[in-house]
Amino acid sequence: MSNKLLVALDGSDCGKRALEAAVVQAKLTKASLVLTYVIDWTPYSFHTPQELEERHQRREAEIERANDSVLAPEVAALANEGLQVETVVRHGKIAETLVELAKEYDVSQIYAGRRGESRVRAMIFGSVTAALVQTAEVPVTVVP
Amino acid sequence: MKRFLTMLALLAGSISSAQAAGIDETINAATAPIASFIGDIVFFKIPVFGAQLPVVVLWLVVGAVFFTFYMGFINLRGFKHAIELVRGDYADPNSHGEVSHFQALATAVSGTVGIGNIGGVAVAVTVGGPGATFWLILAGFLGMSTKFVECTLGVKYRNEFEDGHVSGGPMYYLRQGFKDRGMEGFGKFMGTFYAIGIFIGALGIGNMFQSNQAYVQLNHVSGGALDGLGWLVGLILAAVVFSVIIGGIKSIARVTEKIVPFMAIFYCLFAIIVILMNAGSIPQAIANIFSGAFTGEGVAGGALGAMIIGFQRAVFSNEAGIGSASIAHSAVRTDEPITEGIVSLLEPFIDTIVICTITALVIGTAQVAAPDFAGDKIGVAMTSAAFEREFSWFPIPLAIAALLFAFSTMISWSYYGLKGWTYMFGEGERGQTIYKLLFCAFVALGCVVQLGPILDISDALVFLICVPNILGLYFLAPIVKREMNSYFARIESGEIKKFK
Repeated sequence: MSNKLLVALDGSDCGKRALEAAVVQAKLTKASLVLTYVIDWTPYSFHTPQELEERHQRREAEIERANDSVLAPEVAALANEGLQVETVVRHGKIAETLVELAKEYDVSQIYAGRRGESRVRAMIFGSVTAALVQTAEVPVTVVP
Repeated sequence: MKRFLTMLALLAGSISSAQAAGIDETINAATAPIASFIGDIVFFKIPVFGAQLPVVVLWLVVGAVFFTFYMGFINLRGFKHAIELVRGDYADPNSHGEVSHFQALATAVSGTVGIGNIGGVAVAVTVGGPGATFWLILAGFLGMSTKFVECTLGVKYRNEFEDGHVSGGPMYYLRQGFKDRGMEGFGKFMGTFYAIGIFIGALGIGNMFQSNQAYVQLNHVSGGALDGLGWLVGLILAAVVFSVIIGGIKSIARVTEKIVPFMAIFYCLFAIIVILMNAGSIPQAIANIFSGAFTGEGVAGGALGAMIIGFQRAVFSNEAGIGSASIAHSAVRTDEPITEGIVSLLEPFIDTIVICTITALVIGTAQVAAPDFAGDKIGVAMTSAAFEREFSWFPIPLAIAALLFAFSTMISWSYYGLKGWTYMFGEGERGQTIYKLLFCAFVALGCVVQLGPILDISDALVFLICVPNILGLYFLAPIVKREMNSYFARIESGEIKKFK
């Protein structure tokens, strides 16, 4: 297993806090970082033909937005920290995709934030972080 | 285009000036001769052993049989793989976020699962006897192969515009496919022929027939309270369609797209319950289907008559050979157009072999238990009466389902017709708006005329487009076959891997 840390960013503050924690760890262990942004998407949904036609354009736009507004600024901020950083944007179910990316990039640990969803909400919709912790095959650090 | 605007103005004028009660009759009287004229041309019938065989039905069935054999029973061979593809077993995670096979299939299915599945089957059984069901299922099975060929070609030859949006369908594969075979002029002619056909056909099968049957069912449920008010229902329906396709109120379309699949499941579930409640009649109903298929008792033209009706309704329902689904499927981005063809096999299967058969059994078992249950009702009303025997409240959800099926089919077909239009007149905004206005006008018109002429017009117009389409499929089938063999060879050798 390589010495890499995967950080789940979603443009929110909790994602940022996860990154901060990961940076501290990376500096200590000379690990490199994989910054990820997973766009919530499912292949099993229903659309009008018009939406299908525009899907490719929208996907490109979504990826661009994730790169430009979330990942690129973080990479720029880390430029002087002397860390090796790579980025990836992918569509999919969030927890599931993070687990897949962890395998694909052969990381040693996942850093994720937590939204602090209310109990009712988590009960109905399930918590992404909880799903991640339960299914990940590497240690997961959840940053509050 | 000016002519269309004039037509619209005339239509609007006639509606506002005539007396409310007289409108329906006036429009009926005006459309009936047109309908029978178009019907006579397209459904030119060959008398065979006492039955009347419309040339166009023969054309479609011969095509479906040919593609089934030529592709080596892809409808059987590809079935398991189709399910694997829809499940996403072969989906590359790096292409997640694009249109998935499931999404393309779901969109195409909600365009085909319409009132035909509820009302069309009843028409088949009324005219062709229970035996028509057998031929309907067989036609669905054969149609899977036609669908496979046309959807593969739709993806292979689609047109990608610079901004990344795609337009595909028979008009594009006819043009490009023939060009590749050195027949550029002919390809252009065929592409345009198809584009005109789908544009006009969209106003029939995907429009007037749908709004008409939705109105019939609403009227039935309300106990005839809407008699003579077809124009009002039509205007309301037209207004809703208008708000979606012109007003861009996507939320309505989105909600419909999400409800329709559940409605379809709900419909099938209750249909199965009704069939099981008549369990005693099932063996007789099935026996009737088989004996009727080969003896054609009491059907004009005997077994052949039953067969013709069954085939005709099947094509009308699953649209194999019409090429419409290939327009919806062509939005999928894939390096292997064959995969989309394989997925589309499931469409006639779901539409005809599953849903139509279930409807046929509901009617069939009711007929065994109470031969005269429907009285003189036909179409959706007959199916509704069969359900009503077990659940007196069922006509109401059925009316809602019918309305939603009709609506989603209209939305899909407005898109198919639009693609025909933009193929001819370009992607200009103004032209598109004119087309959409015309489409809405026909939604309203559909509610005002009788079922007979509506069926004639929409059958005729839709079948007209299968002429260039299937002709093109014959010419392009070798290309599909080559790709299919190469694809399966690479699956076999492990070159194409599962991701799951």
